Amino acid sequence: MTGPASSLIRSGNPQGAKPYERFLLSPTAWGQLPAALRQETTLALLGLWADATQVHACFLHEPSNEAVLASTPATGWNYAALSPARPGAVRFERMILELWGHHAEGAVDLRPWLDHGRWSLRHPLAAKPIPFAGEAPQPEFLPTEGEGIHQIPVGPIHAGVIEPGHFRFSVQGEVVVRLEQRLGYKHKGTLSLMLGTSPRAAVRYAARLSGDTTVAHSWAFSAAVEAALGATPPPRALHLRALMLELERIHNHLNDWGFVCNDAAFAFPHARCGLLREGVLRAIAAAFGHRLMMDRVLPGGVAPDIAPRGTEAILAALDAVEAEIPALMQIYEAHASLQDRVVTTGYLRPDLARGFAAGGYVGRASGRAFDARRLPQHLPYTNFHFDTPMLEAGDVDARVRIRVLELGHSIALVRQILTNLPPGELMAPLPVRAGEGMAMIEGFRGECLHWIALDDGGLIRALFPRDPSWLQWPLLEAAIEDNIVADFPLCNKSFNCSYSGVDL
Amino acid sequence: MLWPKLARALFAKPLTDQAPLVPQETVQALGERLAVTSRARLGRSLAIREVDSGSCNGCELEVNALQNVAYDLERFGLRFVASPKHADVLLVTGPACLNMREALERALASTPEPRWVVAVGDCAVDGGVFKGSYAVENDIAAVLPVDLLIPGCPPSPAQLLEGLLSLLEAESAKK
Repeated sequence: MTGPASSLIRSGNPQGAKPYERFLLSPTAWGQLPAALRQETTLALLGLWADATQVHACFLHEPSNEAVLASTPATGWNYAALSPARPGAVRFERMILELWGHHAEGAVDLRPWLDHGRWSLRHPLAAKPIPFAGEAPQPEFLPTEGEGIHQIPVGPIHAGVIEPGHFRFSVQGEVVVRLEQRLGYKHKGTLSLMLGTSPRAAVRYAARLSGDTTVAHSWAFSAAVEAALGATPPPRALHLRALMLELERIHNHLNDWGFVCNDAAFAFPHARCGLLREGVLRAIAAAFGHRLMMDRVLPGGVAPDIAPRGTEAILAALDAVEAEIPALMQIYEAHASLQDRVVTTGYLRPDLARGFAAGGYVGRASGRAFDARRLPQHLPYTNFHFDTPMLEAGDVDARVRIRVLELGHSIALVRQILTNLPPGELMAPLPVRAGEGMAMIEGFRGECLHWIALDDGGLIRALFPRDPSWLQWPLLEAAIEDNIVADFPLCNKSFNCSYSGVDL
Repeated sequence: MLWPKLARALFAKPLTDQAPLVPQETVQALGERLAVTSRARLGRSLAIREVDSGSCNGCELEVNALQNVAYDLERFGLRFVASPKHADVLLVTGPACLNMREALERALASTPEPRWVVAVGDCAVDGGVFKGSYAVENDIAAVLPVDLLIPGCPPSPAQLLEGLLSLLEAESAKK
């Protein structure tokens, strides 16, 4: 790991975080970070968050796939903004100001984000929150100028069975000139509920950060706790986690493939994908007792074990999926009216995908191949062979194709895991002590990053769960530009970002 | 060849599951509620507007699954509509986030009477794990007049179907 920003971070004071070190920088050193980051473009910003006294950033050194954390004290509630050097920092800085009250000096944008003026307090995670009883302010949107531009406000309640959020389209004729998202409607105060509790109690919040990603977030949270405490789950537990993670990927990919086709008024693939997914969910319910596998991954291991008939049910459901993928793909490819809607639609430029460090199929369809399952020593994935597909086309079609390819790869992985499932314990004991850890687990959308700091009593002193959607939502704004309004559902579904995951 | 396909289709079982049994105590309770409020009846078909008040999206996955061919909600006369103005039922998930309160109130105001309000999922029933947070109301009943609770985290499509069919039975039961 070399480069001006990497060296600057490593000159800080190591804080003993595992497995990636966290360096505490003086406000002066942190202030030099934006300039250094501009010179070292391969150091990607994965997340930015805070606690009551410090601001923390996580970076990925892309050439070596190594992560590193940097922190700085928020002196007088101020810290130097990273958004001038890393566009992905913008929404994090807005969140940090609202939740912890730390002000990013020189920030690109500090308009309200999660706080809509509806809570009875401001800066709920600061050492001393401020009571608030004012009127909710009207949201401010970025201006658009030009002849004949009009705005279309959409949401927070959308027309379908989906999560709430507001989209403000500025449109010229039929063409979207600018989309601006306003999220935060689903802010549940999740972090405040997790702080001060034991990891065992807090994992249920990780499982409900984004219901469709419950396995990946539970695993990332548990792995961060295990890293902090130096515990290793038994091999059987790690294998079962990977099994559940791949099943989660399969059922979500099937779901969204169908929905993308449905948004182009192509109901048949939607119906077939829906039926195949239902088969997978029923097999999952037979194997693990819950259709979405909520609360199955716990700090230290998993519970309960896979049911005796579970393996059989899963393999049968996946055989049905695998048998039908070629026929569905043939239908998807052979209909010009469908291809017309997805090819070249919602193009995401590769430089933007890299600039925002977009993970998952959003990144992989635009030439950014990062896959957290390939991180060094990521058990049990080091035992298995699997491919990470990558395309450069960057359109709705490319994102769909990545997901269909991943379906096949995940099915192959599930079979490998099931044939090599080691016997033994499901839970490792966790010591009660202080520690700090981080983990990244590749959910279906991309890497779920969890960082956690435990106090001497083993309770959560600080934490941040970063859903991959943080770095993907802003790119949807870029991808929709110059597309027609009617193609927004396709673009949106091809990203399928989580609202709950980023609203916290 | 068409014939083997036709033969397979003739002898294959339908993809759609059988309708679940409707819990009679729920139907009775809903019927009593109808009698007390003495509101007009809606008949054997209900249009549903789903509103997410801040769920984790687990409930949305299962509500969406109701529309797949295995559950095929529409065969019962139940269908999802895009606007609360077209709805007989507001089906609400999530712990009623404060940031969603105004939107919920507006959705209710847009739903014509007579109407049902159904709270779906543990969060909607009593706040679930998010109970006590500074950012939630704790339950849907704090914002909307709830008629039916369908608990579960998330409730399965079969449980959702049972609840929704109870509404239909209550509507069609004789006074």
